[in-house]
Amino acid sequence: MPKLTIDGVQVEVAPNTTILQAAEVAGSEIPRFCYHDRLSIAGNCRMCLVEVEKSPKPVASCAMPVAEGMVVHTKSPRANKARAGVMEFLLINHPLDCPICDQGGECDLQDQAMAYGFDRGRFDENKRSVPDKNMGPLIETSMNRCIHCTRCVRFATEIAGVPELGATGRGEDMEITTYLEKSVASELSGNVVDLCPVGALTSKPYAFNARPWELRKTESIDVLDAVGTNVRVDSRGREVMRVLPRINEDINEEWLADKSRHACDGLRYQRVDRPYVRIAGKLQPATWQEAFDAIAGRIGGVSGDKIAAIAGDLVDVEAMYALKGLMASLGSRNIDCRQDGAALDASVRASYIFNSTIAGIEQADSLLIIGANPRTEAPILNARIRKRFLKGGFKVGVIGEVGDLSYPTMQIGTTADLIAGRKSPEGSKNGMIIVGMGALARPDGAAILAAARKTAEENGLIRDDWNGFNVLHTAAGRVGGLDVGFVPGPGARDVNAILDSATKGEIEVVYLLGADEIDTAKLGKAFVIYQGHHGDRGAHRADVILPGAAYTEKDATYVNTEGRVQRANRAVFPPGEAREDWTIIRALSAVLGKTLPYDSLSQLRAALMGEHPVFTTLDAIQKAEWKPFGKEGSISATPLKSPIANYYMTDPISRNSRTMAQCTEEFVHGRPSSPSVQKTGTHG
Amino acid sequence: MKRALHEHQPASFAFNADMQARAERIIAKYPAGRQRSAVIPLLDLAQRQEGWVTKPAIEVIAQMLSMPSIRVLEVATFYTMFNLAPLGKHNIQVCTSLSCMLRGSDDVVRACKDRLGIGMGGTTPDGQFSLHEVECAGACVNAPVVAVNDDYYEDVDGAGIWKIIEGFKTGNKPKPGPINGRDASAPIGPALTLTEDPTKPIPKQDFAAAKAAFEKAKAEAAAKAAAPKN
Repeated sequence: MPKLTIDGVQVEVAPNTTILQAAEVAGSEIPRFCYHDRLSIAGNCRMCLVEVEKSPKPVASCAMPVAEGMVVHTKSPRANKARAGVMEFLLINHPLDCPICDQGGECDLQDQAMAYGFDRGRFDENKRSVPDKNMGPLIETSMNRCIHCTRCVRFATEIAGVPELGATGRGEDMEITTYLEKSVASELSGNVVDLCPVGALTSKPYAFNARPWELRKTESIDVLDAVGTNVRVDSRGREVMRVLPRINEDINEEWLADKSRHACDGLRYQRVDRPYVRIAGKLQPATWQEAFDAIAGRIGGVSGDKIAAIAGDLVDVEAMYALKGLMASLGSRNIDCRQDGAALDASVRASYIFNSTIAGIEQADSLLIIGANPRTEAPILNARIRKRFLKGGFKVGVIGEVGDLSYPTMQIGTTADLIAGRKSPEGSKNGMIIVGMGALARPDGAAILAAARKTAEENGLIRDDWNGFNVLHTAAGRVGGLDVGFVPGPGARDVNAILDSATKGEIEVVYLLGADEIDTAKLGKAFVIYQGHHGDRGAHRADVILPGAAYTEKDATYVNTEGRVQRANRAVFPPGEAREDWTIIRALSAVLGKTLPYDSLSQLRAALMGEHPVFTTLDAIQKAEWKPFGKEGSISATPLKSPIANYYMTDPISRNSRTMAQCTEEFVHGRPSSPSVQKTGTHG
Repeated sequence: MKRALHEHQPASFAFNADMQARAERIIAKYPAGRQRSAVIPLLDLAQRQEGWVTKPAIEVIAQMLSMPSIRVLEVATFYTMFNLAPLGKHNIQVCTSLSCMLRGSDDVVRACKDRLGIGMGGTTPDGQFSLHEVECAGACVNAPVVAVNDDYYEDVDGAGIWKIIEGFKTGNKPKPGPINGRDASAPIGPALTLTEDPTKPIPKQDFAAAKAAFEKAKAEAAAKAAAPKN
């Protein structure tokens, strides 16, 4: 372990650490543009120059490994002078357009120019001008501002696994571009905007919308996939302006998937902002009291077994817990949170969570994917699998129909009967199995689950120190729903049975809690109560609409696919008369004369934790006990297919997002909406 | 000069049988998994076949080496000897770096422009000649140097390049090398140094005598410097 002195502080770091990393240990921050801890080292911006004693020249600290006895000065006049020189060269061609640049206020170059910039330019020649490039509907480019750090190129190549970005030309003519200016077809493309240290790549949907200092920042949790990405919601007034990732090494590192980042404009459109009641076949605006009265009038006298409730994909734990309580008090056990009919067993927690954990993927040495497409179902998790693949010695087998996952896979087949008897690759100790909703949301789902469990057990993937059995969810509310037991009681109807009985008229009242992904035509003549935040499929069929809050508008608990309990915080208030979901159910319970025993969120949470101790541990993984689950049976020969056909539209929020509509046009239908226009920064 | 793909691109590209065989030989030189190292020689082959590097060629090479097209494009736009636009049959590349400039490359450039009626980077309307300015061709001892396609014409002056162009025009390709009769970089006329017969043994030298003569001369010089001036 080499010992070295940095700014008079002696540190001992692991060999092969760079000076820059060692300086962070010693508490000295070194400015940088091209260096990023999660990308390979490029060493081309030269901003991190430091003075090393006995070295004739300043040293690029990001690329220089430490050596025994080194004496480094990061703030000496010589180091500062070297950086000032680098900064002056960078500013030769960088336009002075900070007032009209979207990066202004959160720009690395702007910040570091404050420290190292010279207050005048000594360069009398013209600045170079570079035509802007088309990179798709999410990334706005202003290539005059590019300082060629190549972070975006390295991100696309290494993390996203879509080597489409590159630097053409050389010297002064170097330009960052995609091949033939095609759009960057990655579910993680939005991250290059965060990585860009200047304003060359900015967010297209967010262009010229707000300045960072106007925004209120709320730390929250993303719900548009089941990964539970940690996000920061930036809002101004009542509007969510943008969503950015927060660092969480266990989940998303510092990445955020495109849908989670850019679907936030869907929170503005098609919102249900007041209650509605269907009168004479037409939905009419109503007051809360009228809506509750309409429900009480219809439900009164209906026996409990003719009432059912279905919870949707984005529903928080508190709302499901409250609705479960209400349904129980009404005498109904026909409740289900598995809209797609997935054969998940709520009684064994290990059977429905991602037991290996996302960070644990890095300890795995082989992977079998069954009926899942992690790239579209959980891009962040897929990035982690790719990270593991890049370390080498990692084999991925796939059963089911998937395309390019950004790492090489071995296609074993498409039918689920291939699961039985599969052997881990030779020498594999920490094997993983990922079972997706494409395998479970089928009539033979329970049999596939049992087969996957058996294969996991046979290959020794279930040990005290390792659990290689994983379920990859697509719905953020699913694990929470299973944890609170939002599933039919013994002998009661599950989601398919509810819909069938509704068609036949056996079920008279259906309570849809944000459930939009069901076949609403099957609801027959049932009286439908829809509680949710968007006028989407469920609301169209509803007889009473109760306006709820979207995930940015409530303090709520979500459980991600790993079984990690996380809390989202309210960034903005729900629009109009919409309310937080659990309060609606609590208010309705009072109207129905079955008042639920809590009056505040803290009381509800206390009751929830008392009943389900799993919610007492926040942000951490609780190991689940391994018990038998699944039901052996025959497996049909239908090929396994991921349930997500269009990554950009999976839920009411993204379906109503204009940005996601553009992405769908461009990436799913292959119709580029933004023609490549040759223009420089001075054009409009 | 901006290096970007040409506006008008052919629809397709395929190596002909000979080039394909050469490409396969080149690819086989690299260890498994490192085939992309062959990208520069393959681009060169494509350029030799087509005269320039086309977009379909870039894509075909990317596929042959299983690497992304953008990586091949990066290489093709980085190296200035890959031509990204169609060229004349004879590509005249005049070196204008230091040695050639001192030895009169300006005259050569002027003569080319006058004779062909095109500027730097231009191609004659009949598609016969292109004119380019290149960095040091690495043959400074024979400056000024002009490369026409793969052949070097050396010790060129204004009149000389005129004759070379004339030769190409009339279909009599001039002989490459120095045009003033030199043998490679040997002097014009009789040799002034290294005149001894190299096959004979070198005559033994009397180092002691040489040293004594040197010491004597040194002492004399010292005495002369010390002597009072009158």
